[in-house]
Amino acid sequence: MSLEILGITVLWTFLFGYVIIGSIDYGAGFFNAYSIITGKQHILSRIIQQYLSPVWEITNVFFVFFFVGIVGFFPQTAYYIGTIFLVPGSIGLILLAIRGSYYAFETYSSRGHKGYAFMYGLTGLLIPASLSTVLAISEGGFVYLTNGSPVLDYAALFTSPLSWSIVVLSIVAVLYISAVFLTWYANQTGDVEATNLMRKYALIWALPLIITAGGIVYELSFHNPEHYERIVNLWWMFAVSFLLWILTVWFIWNRKNYGTAVWLLIGQFMFAFYAYGISHYPYILYPILTIHEGFTNRAMAISLVVVFILGFALLLPSLYLVFKLFLFNKEYVQGKYKK
Amino acid sequence: MLFEDPVLASRFLTLMTLTFHIIYATIGVGVPLFIMIAHWIGIRKNDEHYIIMARRWSRGYMVTVAVGVVTGTIIGLQLSLLWPNFMEIAGQIIALPLFMETFAFFFEAIFLGIYAYTWDRFDNQRKHFLLLIPVAIGGGMSAFFITIVNSFMNTPTGFEMVDGALVHANPIAAMFNPAMPTKVSHVVATAYMTAAFLLASITAFKLLKGSRHVYYKKALYLTMKIGLIFSIASAIIGDFSGKLLAEYQPEKLAAAEWHFETEGEAPLVMYGFLDKNQEVHYAIKVPYMLSILAHSNPTAEVIGLNEFKPEETPPLIVHYFFDSMVTIGMFLLVLSLIYWMGIRRHWAFVRSTFFRWLIVLSGPLAFLAMEFGWWLAEVGRQPWILRGIMTVEEAATSSDYVNVMIVLFALLYIVLGVGTVVVLRRIFKNNPIEVELKGNDSP
Repeated sequence: MSLEILGITVLWTFLFGYVIIGSIDYGAGFFNAYSIITGKQHILSRIIQQYLSPVWEITNVFFVFFFVGIVGFFPQTAYYIGTIFLVPGSIGLILLAIRGSYYAFETYSSRGHKGYAFMYGLTGLLIPASLSTVLAISEGGFVYLTNGSPVLDYAALFTSPLSWSIVVLSIVAVLYISAVFLTWYANQTGDVEATNLMRKYALIWALPLIITAGGIVYELSFHNPEHYERIVNLWWMFAVSFLLWILTVWFIWNRKNYGTAVWLLIGQFMFAFYAYGISHYPYILYPILTIHEGFTNRAMAISLVVVFILGFALLLPSLYLVFKLFLFNKEYVQGKYKK
Repeated sequence: MLFEDPVLASRFLTLMTLTFHIIYATIGVGVPLFIMIAHWIGIRKNDEHYIIMARRWSRGYMVTVAVGVVTGTIIGLQLSLLWPNFMEIAGQIIALPLFMETFAFFFEAIFLGIYAYTWDRFDNQRKHFLLLIPVAIGGGMSAFFITIVNSFMNTPTGFEMVDGALVHANPIAAMFNPAMPTKVSHVVATAYMTAAFLLASITAFKLLKGSRHVYYKKALYLTMKIGLIFSIASAIIGDFSGKLLAEYQPEKLAAAEWHFETEGEAPLVMYGFLDKNQEVHYAIKVPYMLSILAHSNPTAEVIGLNEFKPEETPPLIVHYFFDSMVTIGMFLLVLSLIYWMGIRRHWAFVRSTFFRWLIVLSGPLAFLAMEFGWWLAEVGRQPWILRGIMTVEEAATSSDYVNVMIVLFALLYIVLGVGTVVVLRRIFKNNPIEVELKGNDSP
């Protein structure tokens, strides 16, 4: 395995981690806001307080890892993406800030404010929407070079069916991932009402997920035939993903093995996400930047990999401790400790 | 709009973000030490007051850390958004400590989360205390790694530039650049110093507002004592920083000192103002002091600003930043020294209202000094972003929308700043120490 491939695999893995745990976080916020509007607040807010508050900073760090890592492994990306991503990136940052401040200001001071909870929920949909535009941009056709510096064509981006499909998929995925996870978590807490509510949401968003995902592949066949062809060549990975989706839905439909359903869901997204990533190879930004051209020097690459391994050796036990104390601790999950 | 030029706009937005973020970052690095010490004394002396102290400080700390996470994420990504050309170079040579910083912060965040949510989960307080060690280490290491990046910008080493391309990269040599030791230790020591005066200032304010609880007296003595230690440390390290500047960034030292002609027996110029002919008026001049600061020798020659091309010298306003930082630092050192001696020797005036107001002032002043220090460091490096290699002009984004972003982020920082104050006040107002101690013991 060459260093470029190793680097992009590490980064893609961080991004995958962020997609999964970030989605849980974002979706939960949205469901919380939605339940406040529909008067079902008591069902969800406790679960969200209990699960999300101790881990949101960890979620955020996955995102930071990704963009710090990409600057290190692929410094040219910093140049291209940095230049064109100013507006969507800044909007994403402001939304992330609103979200983070909700945790800072609301959960630690234990007095709920409805408007704030609503904004917090809304950011749960808007953040994936704004950040996912970078995936659309990476497909090419929205960036042109003037005097050697890249410029983003906003008109083309906002009128492209592809970019809107990606935005819709990111939102639907957030809602689906989150609903499946919270079904399991609510079930762990023994809260039947919350479990049923989340199960309903999971089932509602299951079909739209597959439809929008299929839609993107269809859009790509016009927008970027080269990428489309590589996706078709990897059909088996998407097929595995689809099977895992069927199994997840089947378990949830039959109200059993919610825990297995979560793992199947992770598997489903893993296959789709990596298949997408592999088919995107070798381009980071079609057709301007590949991972070979944009790669850092050997010394930096090796030292980053070494630090990554050491860091991970440090983090895995810590993460295990967090999961043991908060996620898989029956007494905590059932709310037997006070804050 | 505010700035026509994207370079100026990018500079201004970065200034705004860093000025705001550094407040939270400093608390994030500094305060865990105090939570740890209080918790430890509480366990050792079996004194409930110190345990409660740790608990209350950590409660406020959680809020500031959460906002710091937000502003830290912003500056992390803004570096690429506003300075894409710089990050393309930086990525190749100094990405390693950036990456390490993320790990260090991750480590801190994980254990802080555990610490804050497990007060009632351990029968043995010592086990709970142990969780604080990774929090404090993670915070300190974050400051360590991120300051390495900043020191690299001042004294870049570990690579060569050939035809605009970076070659022979040695990321480790880049990390251990000449400015690293003094810069890192100055940042970490002043973070502890600032945190000490922040906590002392809040405590003194409660005492002035009529709280007579012994809890506050313990807290005040503890924080002022540690504040004294780190004030002394910061002053000593500051002296080393002066010597480093004299050797590696003489133009920064010269600008901070309004030292124009290269000469020996150079005096230290404090305050004053400049006329059109660059003559200094109404300044306090301490003879030989600049030569001593720069080279530990009263007759040593100090390089003046006139040796440099005018377009490669920093703005002269940094002089005031430098003087204000030093003045405040010295004031805090003397204040904490008098308080510490006063308590030991039972001087009555250190308990007076007037003296307590001075202590209340010490917190905001410490933050101000820290801001002055960072403005000196950053403005004093101009026009360079990477000294001698790349100017801010060459580094900035070519995008046109930075102006709009300035407005958006300014609004955001106002909301975050006000929100922090409101929430912190609410947390402590609804739960004063007298109430929290009830049921635990009697005062």
